[in-house]
Amino acid sequence: MLFGYSLGDLGSIMAMQGFAGLILFSVFLLMALGLAIIFGQMGVINMAHGEFMILGAYVTYLNSQAFTAWMPSMFAASFAVGIVFAFFAAGLAGMFVEWALIRHLYKRPLDTLLATWGLSLIMQQIFRSIFGAREVGVELPGWMMGSVSASASIDIPINGIIVMVLTLMITIAVYLLIFRSNWGKQVRAVVQNRGMASAVGIDTGRVDRYTFGIGCGIAGVAGSAFTMIGSTSPTAGQLYIVDTFLVVVFGGAGSLGGTIASAFTISQARSTLEFFLSGSMAQVVVLLAVVGILMLRPQGLFVLKVRR
Amino acid sequence: MPEAPSDRTPSSPFRRHLLMGMAALPAATLLPRLARAAEKPTAEVNTTGLAVTDDTVTCGILHSLSGTMALSETGATEAEKLAISQINASGGVLGRQIKVVQEDGASDWPTFAEKARKLLASDHCAAVFGCWTSASRKAVLPVFEQLNGMLYYPTFYEGLEQSKNVIYTGQEATQQILAGLNWVNKEKGAKTFYLIGSDYIWPRTSNKIARKHIEGHLTGCKVVGEDYFPLGSTQFNSVINKIKLTKPDVIYADVVGGSNVAFYKQLKAAGIDLKKQTLMTISVTEDEIVGIGGENIAGAYACMKYFQSLDNPNNVAFVAAFKKMFGEKSVIGDVTQAAYLGPWLWKLTVEKAGGFDVDKIAAASGGVVFDKAPEGYVRIHNTNHHLWSRTRIGLAQADGQFKVVYETPDLIEPNPFPAGYQ
Repeated sequence: MLFGYSLGDLGSIMAMQGFAGLILFSVFLLMALGLAIIFGQMGVINMAHGEFMILGAYVTYLNSQAFTAWMPSMFAASFAVGIVFAFFAAGLAGMFVEWALIRHLYKRPLDTLLATWGLSLIMQQIFRSIFGAREVGVELPGWMMGSVSASASIDIPINGIIVMVLTLMITIAVYLLIFRSNWGKQVRAVVQNRGMASAVGIDTGRVDRYTFGIGCGIAGVAGSAFTMIGSTSPTAGQLYIVDTFLVVVFGGAGSLGGTIASAFTISQARSTLEFFLSGSMAQVVVLLAVVGILMLRPQGLFVLKVRR
Repeated sequence: MPEAPSDRTPSSPFRRHLLMGMAALPAATLLPRLARAAEKPTAEVNTTGLAVTDDTVTCGILHSLSGTMALSETGATEAEKLAISQINASGGVLGRQIKVVQEDGASDWPTFAEKARKLLASDHCAAVFGCWTSASRKAVLPVFEQLNGMLYYPTFYEGLEQSKNVIYTGQEATQQILAGLNWVNKEKGAKTFYLIGSDYIWPRTSNKIARKHIEGHLTGCKVVGEDYFPLGSTQFNSVINKIKLTKPDVIYADVVGGSNVAFYKQLKAAGIDLKKQTLMTISVTEDEIVGIGGENIAGAYACMKYFQSLDNPNNVAFVAAFKKMFGEKSVIGDVTQAAYLGPWLWKLTVEKAGGFDVDKIAAASGGVVFDKAPEGYVRIHNTNHHLWSRTRIGLAQADGQFKVVYETPDLIEPNPFPAGYQ
């Protein structure tokens, strides 16, 4: 007996807690991947990242409404279609924003912080004007909201599994794109030395636009996935932005491996502490630990060696 | 009639002549509202420089139209506008049509204070209907007390406050909480409770009251867990595991805002079936269910004073009027209904007091009865400016409405400073 629980209880709780930690890890990683590309590769502090996520969520909402109205028999497949739409909608919006706003600010990285913060307010108000201030309920296929019972006391949420699979797929895709494709080579070349990359014939403007677009597109996918676990309202993006930056900064900007490691560390710490402390205290402890570690290692956990 | 500056200089001889002249005219030739205004000259009903003319009176609406609270405050704003348009259609207040000045608190508490000051100091509003969160009310309270304004506050809240300048049309915590706990203890045989809330004053105070009641007044009952999450938190898997482990008879939830959506979706995904596990919430109204999704919360009990499904003639008419004005799809939650009471209670109080002066309203409020309220008969408490009201328990349905399963037989006395619960 430990904390007044029986051994069987403890076993199933450890299993479920482990799983809760993994789900949180997937959620954090999915949130952070898009930002890791934009912040890590381009050095743009995109405060509107949460709003691109919510754009994806609203697209998923519209998509599920459309399915209900016109193709109710195909509703079970609506979510997969919604994710694809969310990726392209957020990605195109991102490319437009890069063209209209961001590309003028590459030489002034701190100003991107203010500009994208303004952008996030504008996007929130657009959502509010179109969809209303109230939350919208995204209808999901029934099978996605249930759970799998592994034993009498262990239930594994299906939406958690979906988020994990999705995160795994996107992480692999991002890895292949950045480190194994020609285009990724160009991105990395631009990151390391913009002038030189341009001199050898890389269209740096185009690379920037697609990088930003893909980062925003991934944010859209994350937003689409989070309709399963969170709320969809004009300001819901704000709920994610702090955690997202925390993961990216803690992991070390520019390092995909660092983002993964940091998402894992933070999520496991938080989910374990939440079990033993109250939710608020768990967050306080995690934030303190992160602040402490960043004081010792200002560059984050993993540092990409770049000649400045 | 042009808005003459003489409204605020009642001693103007020209004005007196005008009024005498009007009184001398045969009543039949005048519009009814002008005739009534003439019965009560402006100089008599407004001695403190409020924005009252012979045929209009200005009131303020102060809610968040932007920012994170807009989603909650929209319904309250709509209800207040509906009530005001109905009052105007029925002849206004003391024969004067209500003019509305609307300001946006923008989910920011200093902005609320600043806008409240504007409504009172430069618009001279006779009454203000507004605020939603306790934080915004606390921010405007000093302004209302300093400039002697009148605020009608619609949200159920934690109590521990009473002001001459505020009428609280929502329930204070003990009204909302105690009856629900008694019911769940008696009807469901509940002995163990797990309290979970968002981390700010209302859930913490509410859970404190709930804990005192569970441990002190319900025999053999205990609290097996108490947990708080920051506002906007979206991850509840760990606490859901804790709940599964402690196996409480009742999950008692006062999670608010967007967190609600995450909480109920994750509860369902974790295999907690609300048809078997009793959950009682004091923070989910029909408004929140729109975001949560009826299928995710069906089976939960909510404990408050109003549900849209209440079956009485007042409410049927209210729901129909609301939908006519704001669309067939709109839903009405507890706070929306409480907001609707504000303008009506103010009108009745003004008529009882025979004038708009804030001091007279504050003094006359005690005992004012509104029997056309959608929630049924309500009465302002003789001394503490809160409302006597019934508490009801609703069972959430998959269509997003509540089925009322219990209603307290009597009106519950508001007790904002409950002895033994602090």
